[in-house]
Amino acid sequence: MFHVTRRYRFAASHRLDTAALSAEENRRVYGKCNNPYGHGHNYVVEVSARGPLEEASGAAVDTRLLDRLVAREMLEPLEDSNLNTDVPAFQTVVPTSENLAIEICRRLKSNWHTAFPGEWPRLEKIRIAETERNIFEIRADEIE
Amino acid sequence: MFITRKVEFSASHVCRSPRLSEEENRARFGKAANPHGHGHNYVLEVTLEGAPDAVTGMVFDLKELKEILNREVVEPYDHRFLNREVPPFDRIVPTPENIAREIWRRLEPAMAGSGQRLHAVRLYETPDLYVDYFGESPCST
Repeated sequence: MFHVTRRYRFAASHRLDTAALSAEENRRVYGKCNNPYGHGHNYVVEVSARGPLEEASGAAVDTRLLDRLVAREMLEPLEDSNLNTDVPAFQTVVPTSENLAIEICRRLKSNWHTAFPGEWPRLEKIRIAETERNIFEIRADEIE
Repeated sequence: MFITRKVEFSASHVCRSPRLSEEENRARFGKAANPHGHGHNYVLEVTLEGAPDAVTGMVFDLKELKEILNREVVEPYDHRFLNREVPPFDRIVPTPENIAREIWRRLEPAMAGSGQRLHAVRLYETPDLYVDYFGESPCST
């Protein structure tokens, strides 16, 4: 079994603020991330898939197919976006990087078979670096 | 889900054990046993495991984690000679293995009240050498 990881980048803005908390509580919980006009990050997303080696190609994952899937499901909708206003999932959910990891993982998992209709490779995990110092990782089997 | 926070500190150390002879220290640690020590820019990655809170969408407040890491690691370790100034490295050799385990021991009680589980401590001594420590497991005792 091989584990193959490909790294992608996109830039987006967000603001952490939830209607479930008062203005004061939002400021306390999220600090600078609650500043009213939002702020941005250069997100670095690692997408990992696993599978056996395909004999003919000598590859476990066709990265061109992965690139197309990631471009359609992640890069095109999220690149240069305001996550809060431009991405439907974050109309109701705070775009923390935890929730962003869940959203990206869900998009890739639910559309995985359009790119990879066979049994292998399978989506393994998503790892998002919001900055070089803050990193979030979710396994595909944590998402229904 | 895992979240990881990275911090850096610079410190000097010497790898030599009082239980070994001069010759044995040289054989085991090489130049790292030079008696006056040498330094590294250490990079520490601390990983917690948990589920995002239903209200805040966060596994753990990363500002708070940063404060804990500063208090428990960066402040006591940064710009210090570990063997001379930072216990327990006056008694145990500050190899990256021992430093990673000591950091785990300092962080585990600090995390205990948070409801989140410390999953891993990764300590880079140089960009090309790192140690992962996941706490004591039954097979290692």
